[in-house]
Amino acid sequence: MAVLNDEQVMLRDMAREWADNESPVAAFRKMRDAGNAEGFDRGQWEAVGQMGWAGVLIPEEHGGSAFGYLSLGLVVEQLGRNLAASPLASTAVAASAIVEGSSDAAKGEWLPRLAAGEAIATLAIDEGPIHDRAIGATVTDGRLTGTKKFVAEGDAADAFVVAATDGLYLVAKGEGVSVSSRRMADSRSHADVAFDGAAAEKLGGPELTQAIADRAAAVIAAEMLGMAESAFHQTNDYLKQRVQFGQVLSTFQALQHRMAKMLTELELMRSAVEGALEAIDARRSDVDQAVSLAKAVAGDTLKLVSREMVQLHGGVGMTDEYAAGLYLKRAAVLETMWGNAAWHRDRFARLNGY
Amino acid sequence: MATAAELANDSGSPADPLDAFRGEAKAWLDENFDPALRGKDNAMSAVDGPTEETPAQRKWREAMGAKGWGVPTWPKEYGGGGLSRAEARVLQEEMAKIGAWNPIGGMGVMMFGPTLLEYGSEEQKRQHIPDIVKGEVRWCQGYSEPGAGSDLASLQTFAEDKGDHYVVNGQKTWTSGGQWADKCFALVRTDKSQKHAGISFLLIDMDAPGVETKPIRLISGQSPFCETFFADVKVPKENLVGREGQGWEIGTRLLQHERNSLSGGSGSAGRMNAGKTVPDIAKKYRGTDAEGRIDDAELRTRIIKHEMDQRAFALTLRRAALEAKGNAGPSAATSIMKNVGARITQDRAELNIEIMGMQGLGWEGEGFSEDELAQTRSWLWGKAVSIYGGSSEIQNNVIAKRILGMLDHQ
Repeated sequence: MAVLNDEQVMLRDMAREWADNESPVAAFRKMRDAGNAEGFDRGQWEAVGQMGWAGVLIPEEHGGSAFGYLSLGLVVEQLGRNLAASPLASTAVAASAIVEGSSDAAKGEWLPRLAAGEAIATLAIDEGPIHDRAIGATVTDGRLTGTKKFVAEGDAADAFVVAATDGLYLVAKGEGVSVSSRRMADSRSHADVAFDGAAAEKLGGPELTQAIADRAAAVIAAEMLGMAESAFHQTNDYLKQRVQFGQVLSTFQALQHRMAKMLTELELMRSAVEGALEAIDARRSDVDQAVSLAKAVAGDTLKLVSREMVQLHGGVGMTDEYAAGLYLKRAAVLETMWGNAAWHRDRFARLNGY
Repeated sequence: MATAAELANDSGSPADPLDAFRGEAKAWLDENFDPALRGKDNAMSAVDGPTEETPAQRKWREAMGAKGWGVPTWPKEYGGGGLSRAEARVLQEEMAKIGAWNPIGGMGVMMFGPTLLEYGSEEQKRQHIPDIVKGEVRWCQGYSEPGAGSDLASLQTFAEDKGDHYVVNGQKTWTSGGQWADKCFALVRTDKSQKHAGISFLLIDMDAPGVETKPIRLISGQSPFCETFFADVKVPKENLVGREGQGWEIGTRLLQHERNSLSGGSGSAGRMNAGKTVPDIAKKYRGTDAEGRIDDAELRTRIIKHEMDQRAFALTLRRAALEAKGNAGPSAATSIMKNVGARITQDRAELNIEIMGMQGLGWEGEGFSEDELAQTRSWLWGKAVSIYGGSSEIQNNVIAKRILGMLDHQ
């Protein structure tokens, strides 16, 4: 855990408490089983808005608290622990694109509503199943045309931060925007969004697109950190109560060493993820490297821990009744989103000149 | 709102009360450190044994020894520097600025001294600490035995009670620097009926009659360790530290100091090809493609994984240090340091020899650069880092039991 100031400690503890009391894994399961088309619970989102978490990256003059990315990461991590289904991460990063962008009109119109949780926003950047930063969407005379794939929280989004060949735009839901849900293994909201001459407000050039995609990757790395730690501790608890051969499984050294190896990777993951969030807050020049490190390490580590969670639970790990499968399915989606480990490794090496 | 990054650079505001000390340290260092000694090192620290001390090195060691600044935070009454941690950091910074190195080192400083300050009697502290402070006595560690490695508590070297003295018989092994040491802190058995509670912590003169050392030649060709034999060695009773039977407690405490000092992960295996990273070496030996990428995609991926591992480890060392002085209390991160440090050291050496091919496996003589020969030796020596100071398997046991609360097999 990074060294936190008092506000950050309060924010983290409050998020942890809220997630445990109001949004345990059972709440996610209930939302899933109800077949909620938006992929999250509106009542919970209202609570998130009231607590101010959607405004963590928004300046005070627009109704936010401007605590920064490490703070947002702390909240997202706590929600990730319990698989809390929330459009918080998408909305906060999309808001950050507006904050960093050059349109005062967009700031005035959207930031106060986003900060209060009254509107939902998301990033629409990728155009294929793999994040490769190849962009085909174009803008002519303020009208954006192109199709974005697997847009997180696309079902409920009121505004889209959309990448076009010449930079980043803000597009409100409405005329020229059609959303097609894509039901995926993690039971969260994903959608393909087609823009057909939709009115678009320019936020910035391609460098802003890069910067925002990096910030999105860092924030989901924080969600992955929370998930990985929780999956790990649930597995450790299970090994302490499951008895075979007259002993609890946690007495077997082969399992102890697998758990020790996972703890080792988790500690490295925490350092890498917090390092990226701190780099963003400090506006360091090597944010791109710090993010690629974080997303690659987070991807590898969550993959290890979520797969081991299933294996070490044995047969019950395969059942829908246990949480292992829920963590596994969400893990695979986040491992892929905003660049998988292989993509970030290649980028890290290129940035370092090899 | 201070970020962790800002906390890392928290020295030196204008009203810093440490400024006065900084001035004092700088003036003293300017007067006593001969710039010609820059880039040299402690004559006692080489893996291949101590090198001859030059008159200038000796003068520097004596100056630091008299000032107590080789062990800046040890108490003044035994010759230590008596500095606060903050002052010690300032001293370190000032030394780094002018390229000054610490001439006082070895096991006495890293392990035995701190332990004796905690457990030793007043007489023992007065007798031994000042010699360590001045760098005049070399200590070695008598722990492992041929039959007691990872299961250290099964050690058999026996100290028989003869009234005013013990008679010690047995054999120790992996005694680092035993052939050059003046004294040995040893774990010996004073009671054969109890395993852990039968162990005592005893100080033995290496020149006492009956003590014999035999260097062990390693796969790297170096001999940094000895076998040490004790045959009817008389040891006075006042050389017992703590109580009889307290040796396991004291000995484990000392191992904590050892593991802390080993976890940097930057053993000699890390420093070959001075200043060159693994990607540098790969580009040099294997070449690059049109886009400047290392010209072997599979190897390149493994190099990237290693480089990322190293970066994440550096961030973890920094995080653990910040947490230690910040608000988070003791950090679970420290438990993983030794294993990750070892893995990084060994991965780096394995990658380097793989990249260099036959050129990275030279043993001696013509046809190889100095760096290439050093790479071979450091690759081999590096195999020790996952074994000494508690093997990686023992570290994993410790993590499973102490951190994760997993239980012993019934």
